[in-house]
Amino acid sequence: MFERSILPGEGVALQVRDLNFYYGDFKGLKDINLDIAKNKVTAFIGPSGCGKSTLLRTFNRMYDLYPGQRAEGEIMFNGKNLLDKKQDVNLVRAKIGMVFQKPTPFPMTIYENIAFGVRLYDKLSGSEMNDRVEWALKKAALWDEVKDKLQQSGLSLSGGQQQRLCIARAVAVKPEIVLLDEPTSALDPISTAKVEELVSELTEDYTIAMVTHNMQQAARISNYTAFMYLGEMIEFGKTDELFVKPKVQQTEDYITGRFG
Amino acid sequence: MSEAADTGQVDLYAAKINKFKLQDMVFHKTTLLFAFVVLVALAGILATLTIEAMPALKSFGPSFLWANVWSVPDDQYGALIAIYGTLVTSAIALLIAVPVSFGIALFLTETCPVWLRRPLGTAIELLAGVPSIVYGIWGLFVFVPLFAKHVQPMLQKVLGDVPVVGGWFAGPPIGIGILTAGIVLSLMVIPFIASVMRDVFDTVPPVLKESSYGMGCTTWEVVWNIVLPYTRVGVIGGIMLGLGRALGETMAVTFVIGNANRIVGSLFAPGTSIASTLANEFGEADPGLHISSLFALGLVLFVITFVVLAISRWLIKRGVAKQGI
Repeated sequence: MFERSILPGEGVALQVRDLNFYYGDFKGLKDINLDIAKNKVTAFIGPSGCGKSTLLRTFNRMYDLYPGQRAEGEIMFNGKNLLDKKQDVNLVRAKIGMVFQKPTPFPMTIYENIAFGVRLYDKLSGSEMNDRVEWALKKAALWDEVKDKLQQSGLSLSGGQQQRLCIARAVAVKPEIVLLDEPTSALDPISTAKVEELVSELTEDYTIAMVTHNMQQAARISNYTAFMYLGEMIEFGKTDELFVKPKVQQTEDYITGRFG
Repeated sequence: MSEAADTGQVDLYAAKINKFKLQDMVFHKTTLLFAFVVLVALAGILATLTIEAMPALKSFGPSFLWANVWSVPDDQYGALIAIYGTLVTSAIALLIAVPVSFGIALFLTETCPVWLRRPLGTAIELLAGVPSIVYGIWGLFVFVPLFAKHVQPMLQKVLGDVPVVGGWFAGPPIGIGILTAGIVLSLMVIPFIASVMRDVFDTVPPVLKESSYGMGCTTWEVVWNIVLPYTRVGVIGGIMLGLGRALGETMAVTFVIGNANRIVGSLFAPGTSIASTLANEFGEADPGLHISSLFALGLVLFVITFVVLAISRWLIKRGVAKQGI
């Protein structure tokens, strides 16, 4: 139906093979196969309920929190199957960070919001920690706005700032992959622009997988795009090609807004 | 439409509006009256306690509060023994109940299998509904003998020679006493604290928990670092609710505390609390200083409870201001 291979020369961060996902008896994902390219942005688009968030949440096994949800198949990450029961789920989540639709600062100071996650897996001295916090906040383009109020609550920031704080928090632990689940849907246009810019810059160090409802956003910042519908992967390819000349009729209908 | 009909219509509306206004006013005044009853009752209780306590307070002066004496034959009364018993039993109760309740709430909200969640939650709520006299009977006839036979000798054996701490567990292991009262109280307040904690833990947005799990946190790290700070205000409220109950609990404590009017350093020794002194002595108290001193004790309990409430409010307020939540 589509070519799932990525360009030769690209590294692969995640290999998804024959992935099926169940919410109890309901099959949420059907035989998903795809590769997530290293240090690139891969976007997932599709109508609500198509399974794109579900797919994203299998990458860090977030579904484990909920009884009745299970995944079958393979997601290879650094030579190991993430879905393997023996795989330590906390370690996976430390390597594969996630940012959610709504900003979720922790109920602690701005400084602690960043330091908290770092402390879970690294033992840093006070000054090293200060450096790490500054580094992460600079990565998230938030440092200049908060450097004088690091001891204030993370909840005192505006929505856009909170979301960038969450991104800073995710990159601070130096993961390999960052998952973004509609990271800008609760933000105003200016904050959205900042976050988008940030996402492009983050690919220097990280692999990004993001779910978005906004097709222009996918077109603007992603290198690869996957179009999903009713739990199936309909088309996957380079963003330029998928948006300019989609191979599947359903994809074309969706991106041109003629979806019925 | 003629002019007459027009004005008729207006009059009709005016009458209706007036009627609504009247209804609103009556409703407003009635609810105001109901709310006022609370204030009147509170003021009335405080006034009665103060008036009745006056003879004792006048006779003994402020030293009533710290006089270590309660002697009916000598007609000498002081509140220290009862205050000590009340505070120590309540402290023991919280010391046991808070961690246990936290564990219960954590289990129910985070790690409990779904099928067990409801039955267990209901069981805890039922425990809160058990009348205190039942706890008292159970405490005296079931818990006390077991405690005296098995636990107290063991505690003495293990901790008896430790300096300071050993003194808390000195004396004959008779079962009844301050420690026993504290333990029975802890059982009584656990359902209160646990169910409040569970309810406030449930208010944490799932996405906040997901994002902390998403950082690679264990369940413990999520609860300790995210859930607890997020719900701190409610948790303190729950603990204070438990403390309020522990301070004023009468029947269960009266059964197991031993009702001895003296302060001994050992937690195994019998003692008394304000509420149990009142319950024990009101029936046969002679008019005069004895009755008046009992009223003064009641006043002291009233004030202690009020102060606890005020401190908890202040803590919550300060915490909120500090965290900016």
